[in-house]
Amino acid sequence: MQTGNLLLLLVVMVAGAYFVGLRRSYALARPLGGIRHLHSLPFYFAMRSAMWCAIPALVVLGLWLAFDDSIIRQQVLAGLPAELQPTDASSYNLTLSKIQNVASGALPANFVEAPIAAAAENLQALRQTSAMALTVVIIVLCMFGGAWAWLKVSPQLRARQQVERVLQTLFMLCATVAILTTVGIVLSVLFESIRFFGKVPVTDFLFGLQWSPQTALRADQVASGGAFGAVPLFMGTMLISAIALLVAVPVGLMSAIYLAEYASNRVRTVAKPALEVLAGVPTVVYGFFAALTVAPFIRGMGESIGLDVASESALAAGLVMGIMIIPFVSSLADDVITAVPQAMRDGSLGLGATKSETIKKVIFPAALPGIMGGILLAASRAIGETMIVVMAAGLAANLTANPLEAVTTITVQIVTLLTGDQEFDSAKTLAAFALGLMLFITTLVMNIFALHIVKKYREQYD
Amino acid sequence: MSETTEKVRKTLARRYRAEKRFKAFGIGSIGIGLMALVLLFTDIIGKGHSAFFEYEVQLPITFDAEVLDVSDPRDEDELNYGNYQGVIRDALAERFPTVEGRQDTRALNQLVSTGAGYALRDMLREDPSLLGETRTLWLLADDDVDLFLKASEKQREDSRLNTKQQQWVAELEASGETRMVFNQSLFSYGDSREPEQAGILGAILGSLFTMIVTLVLSFPVGVAAAIYLEEFAPKNKFTDFIEVNINNLAAVPSIIFGLLGLAVIIGLFGLPRSVPLVGGIVLTLMTLPTIIISSRAAIKAVPPSIRQAAMGLGASKMQVVLHHVLPLALPGMLTGAIIGMAQALGETAPLLMIGMVAFIVDLPAGPLDAATVLPVQIYLWADSPEQSFEALASAAIMVLLAFLITMNTLAVVLRKRLERRW
Repeated sequence: MQTGNLLLLLVVMVAGAYFVGLRRSYALARPLGGIRHLHSLPFYFAMRSAMWCAIPALVVLGLWLAFDDSIIRQQVLAGLPAELQPTDASSYNLTLSKIQNVASGALPANFVEAPIAAAAENLQALRQTSAMALTVVIIVLCMFGGAWAWLKVSPQLRARQQVERVLQTLFMLCATVAILTTVGIVLSVLFESIRFFGKVPVTDFLFGLQWSPQTALRADQVASGGAFGAVPLFMGTMLISAIALLVAVPVGLMSAIYLAEYASNRVRTVAKPALEVLAGVPTVVYGFFAALTVAPFIRGMGESIGLDVASESALAAGLVMGIMIIPFVSSLADDVITAVPQAMRDGSLGLGATKSETIKKVIFPAALPGIMGGILLAASRAIGETMIVVMAAGLAANLTANPLEAVTTITVQIVTLLTGDQEFDSAKTLAAFALGLMLFITTLVMNIFALHIVKKYREQYD
Repeated sequence: MSETTEKVRKTLARRYRAEKRFKAFGIGSIGIGLMALVLLFTDIIGKGHSAFFEYEVQLPITFDAEVLDVSDPRDEDELNYGNYQGVIRDALAERFPTVEGRQDTRALNQLVSTGAGYALRDMLREDPSLLGETRTLWLLADDDVDLFLKASEKQREDSRLNTKQQQWVAELEASGETRMVFNQSLFSYGDSREPEQAGILGAILGSLFTMIVTLVLSFPVGVAAAIYLEEFAPKNKFTDFIEVNINNLAAVPSIIFGLLGLAVIIGLFGLPRSVPLVGGIVLTLMTLPTIIISSRAAIKAVPPSIRQAAMGLGASKMQVVLHHVLPLALPGMLTGAIIGMAQALGETAPLLMIGMVAFIVDLPAGPLDAATVLPVQIYLWADSPEQSFEALASAAIMVLLAFLITMNTLAVVLRKRLERRW
């Protein structure tokens, strides 16, 4: 039976268990003189039997679906004769996909060796058996769970407490999804990175000046061995982020100061949401704007004054990225500026300082830690930003600080290395995970540091 | 007058100038931000508005049974293998009888889209009596012809059409045998290699399925997590650890979630590539922090008196939360969820990682069919060398922005309508 149908069946059975539980509790209550003689409301008895019916079955279903395919694959491959047994990872994948293609009918059985065809039949049969067994197991579990709940119903049963405890555990499990996600991220990038560092030494990766991830496809092929020195990528990322921050920090900061200290209410209600629209525009739209409008414009400008500008210059990507993070900087700066106590402003103005002097000499120093934290957060956004650089920055890893040349970034390389067909364990794809690890660590450290600064600062005035 | 007053007097003009300058910087900064916004929108509308219309060419088409090689239009097989290009070729040759030579004939035939043949087939299927008849029909023009007709006098000089083709098209235009119609194919087809036949329906459906998966997974989980953290969680290290994780996940670059999806969901659990289900799961993990944070704010906004009143009447903690706090906090949670969804709808990078960049012509029918989403379609078209795709990408951006603006407006309206001030 298909999983979808099975789930439908499960829903029907759980609903059945609910009604049986409800009827049962009413039946128990009647001779006692009404439901007020039960410990809990009938609803809780019904929920309890529904949970008994659903939870064991769902747990088994989840585990089964997660693991049955890999177990079946192992079984099928173990059944192959010795000469067809895969020796390494790539032949393992090849054999497996061959078997799967025959099994799904995409490849006629007479195109492959007889043992493979047999294995495909074996695979089909095992899959069918697994699906049958799963259906039976789920139905039996549902029935046993429901029956158990039905048997245990008694007027003294603390059904509400049990149901509430299950719900609370469920809520807690939902909250731990955040932990699981973090763990998943760390483990996935870490494992692949360790495998990558098994092939390429860490020092070569961190300090190498040459990035050309094209490796030879076959052992006998004459090709470059592939160089994985990530310094050009780090430099490129830093260059583009620096340009972005040079645009975003002054503009964002000054807008925040103007909106918080000078602007009338009318201006604020219009200008603030308008600036925030910039934050809501998808990054792919900025990428489109950078690649098809800003980059040609900068190139044309450069040509008209006799400068040689690359068509995928770092300047175009950086400028547009700067525009994207303006609202980010301005809203963070706005928060910290408005958090500076009014008494400090009044004190400075009372001593005869002008408004701008108050801002520059009193408010800005008081808000500085918070602003620094905001800038750090903005920088981590710029480093992790992907679509703008994928569309507007280049692929060539140039080690340069000239914003008019094309540079490449960490995120661009991750996307290029991983899109399209690839083997999962070549150094090329593993390199993407190593870059991902670098990106994750960098942004994580920056975020923690930034949040720390912001938090420490806030405690001073509250 | 004291010495200090004198000193202050002297510098006063300078200080006021500095004050004015500072204020001007502030106004200038806001001006830069707003100008960037206006530039962005005008650029995209300027590039994209033309893609909502397309040109058609008028030709007298003869459904000649011999040329078509169709004897019985009711026979599906025969109908599918009909030589519709031949009929169009004949019609073009008739319209421009002076054209001779292989090269010129080929150039002439390129004026009409290859998709026009399918339109003829569909007409014949609908009305079999057309066989042998001649009808004057409007046929879809090729994308280069379309660009040429849309271009201004000056831009026409660098058209991809050769001089002869330009003459023919100009002749058709002068005699009123071309017309501009609403581009229906944009909203009724999937992707295509031919710009005039490419549409965004496939991408919209892919986005829809992805968003459904994201909403179904992230809203219940996010709300449950928020309830636990606000109402039940004991103050201990474990709870602190969860909170730190949520705050950090909110700032992790989106591409990292793509790596997680590739390594764990596709690599470990073996789900297929390029499907909205996987995209939805990845986007769920990405939007979950946003939804949890906004849901917690909504729960916090419910005053403690409500909880105390319910508890005073004998409700259990769980009953207080589910019967009283949750219904009151739901509008705020919904607003947060809509904003999270809007974020997810515009997200591109993690979906590139899990293979939703494939060239897919067929419309997806469910969350397990290979599909692409609207932002990825924009990326693909923006990367295409053909110029017509640029206009298509802009048009797709306009559609995407329309969706996002609708969602955000909905969130604002919901907040105004439903949220209660205590």
